[in-house]
Amino acid sequence: MHLEAIHVYKQFQTRQGSLMALKDINMHIETGEFVGAVGTSGSGKSTLLRLIAGLETPTTGKIKVDGAEVIGPGADRGVVFQNYTLYPWMTAMDNVGFGLKLQGIKPKERRVRVKEYLEVVGLSQFTNAYPKELSGGMKQRVAIARALACHPKVLLMDEPFGALDIQTKASMQEFILELWQRLGITIFMITHDVEEAVFLSQRVYVMTPRPGQIQRELSINLPLNRDHSIKRHSTFQDYKDIIVDLLSGRNVATSNSD
Amino acid sequence: MKLTIKPLHQSSGTPVQGLKPTVFWRIGEDIPPSFSSLLIVLSVVVPFLAWWVLSTSGLVHPKFLPSPPQVINALVRLWQSGVLLQDITASCFRVGTGFFLAAVVAAPLGIAMGTFASIRSLTEPIFGIVRYMPAPAFVPLLIIYLGLEEPPKIALIFIGTVFFNILMIMDAVKFVPKELIEATYTLGGRRWQVLLQVITPYVIPNIIDAFRINMAASWNLVVVAELVAATEGLGKRIELAQRFFRTDEIFACLIILGLIGFAIDLSFRVLLQVSCRWAVD
Repeated sequence: MHLEAIHVYKQFQTRQGSLMALKDINMHIETGEFVGAVGTSGSGKSTLLRLIAGLETPTTGKIKVDGAEVIGPGADRGVVFQNYTLYPWMTAMDNVGFGLKLQGIKPKERRVRVKEYLEVVGLSQFTNAYPKELSGGMKQRVAIARALACHPKVLLMDEPFGALDIQTKASMQEFILELWQRLGITIFMITHDVEEAVFLSQRVYVMTPRPGQIQRELSINLPLNRDHSIKRHSTFQDYKDIIVDLLSGRNVATSNSD
Repeated sequence: MKLTIKPLHQSSGTPVQGLKPTVFWRIGEDIPPSFSSLLIVLSVVVPFLAWWVLSTSGLVHPKFLPSPPQVINALVRLWQSGVLLQDITASCFRVGTGFFLAAVVAAPLGIAMGTFASIRSLTEPIFGIVRYMPAPAFVPLLIIYLGLEEPPKIALIFIGTVFFNILMIMDAVKFVPKELIEATYTLGGRRWQVLLQVITPYVIPNIIDAFRINMAASWNLVVVAELVAATEGLGKRIELAQRFFRTDEIFACLIILGLIGFAIDLSFRVLLQVSCRWAVD
């Protein structure tokens, strides 16, 4: 899988006139990568994810998945939204199987895959639970299972843990990291949480606001098997500092931002 | 350096300024169930007692305000003669048919209007105008077009409820979270699948609720229709009673209308509880 954004611009028409949300975005995601995009609010990072998902179209420029231009949303690019977007009238099982149902996969095969992915996210005991009976972290696991059950080429996550409390967030971070390694999936995650971006990503795009631009691409050279203890490591701190400085617009010795 | 920790709560003589506790005037909070039950009982018992006292006090002539026993007598009389059951059946049939037809039209149209801005632009202005034309004003036309039998009565109920149903269902669709629709697209959903498998199930509780609320209008209209031309029906019974100055029968029919309405309302609530467990409580 090779996903790329080529000279992508996105302009929105608002009552105050036109707003440049994204300016000349060039980025890529390769098979098996965990790529993060970090930026303050207004940096257009969510817009970027929506463009990749096909929920918006670029004003100019192209987004390509394996050479084919993205023209709309599809199951090859699974999305996990910040606000748990589960179908409230469906059980966890039906939520996870819904994408497969939409694609016309037979109930028998659907059941097998639903079972598999509920197991993957550790919710086998909650097969028949309704979303309102699940905690925030569990809901997000169902949403992840629902996206993964469709076997997407890339999993797009828009601040997926933003609404969770700190403890749940930490365990979900370890969970997604472990899932990524175990399944060999490709993930692109948007976050405003610098620590989260460094902790999870192999590569981070640092974005600046108004207009949203990619300021810097940063490879995170930390061991793949990470747990939260790595956050105390000095290299981890260094990465964090670099990004924080970039985001706050400070020029520091370690960076050569423009 | 020494840390001194001040006690958080210092007791002093002056009471803290703040909101005083209340039971009756609580906003957005539950009141104790026993208190709630008491108020519910009072809401029926107080008007009933007031009626009883007023009707037996001699202040009002019993011809104008019959007492509860007189009304119960009238009720029994009407029931035993068989006309009451006949009237109830006739009115229920008209309301049932008219409202059913309105529901069958309103549900798909309301969902379509809420979902597609194009269909909304195409239909909302004209519905907005027709909705303000009082349904009873259509009675003469309906009689000219459809005669004096059942069709004009059913048509009146249809006209009087279909637009409200449509607009309430349309509004409900606006509250379907955009992200839920987008999530469906990213799961490979097509637009018709979003319409039938996401938007429709999401608004079913609202549809049931809209029907429950608008049902009241159809009972208004059936009485209007029967006052104009009918041989039986609760509205007709009231009109006949007025002609013969039988206020006790008028009261009896009003009570029956109230009870039927209440029963229907309750059944819609039960239907909502049973069929859309996910949406209640």
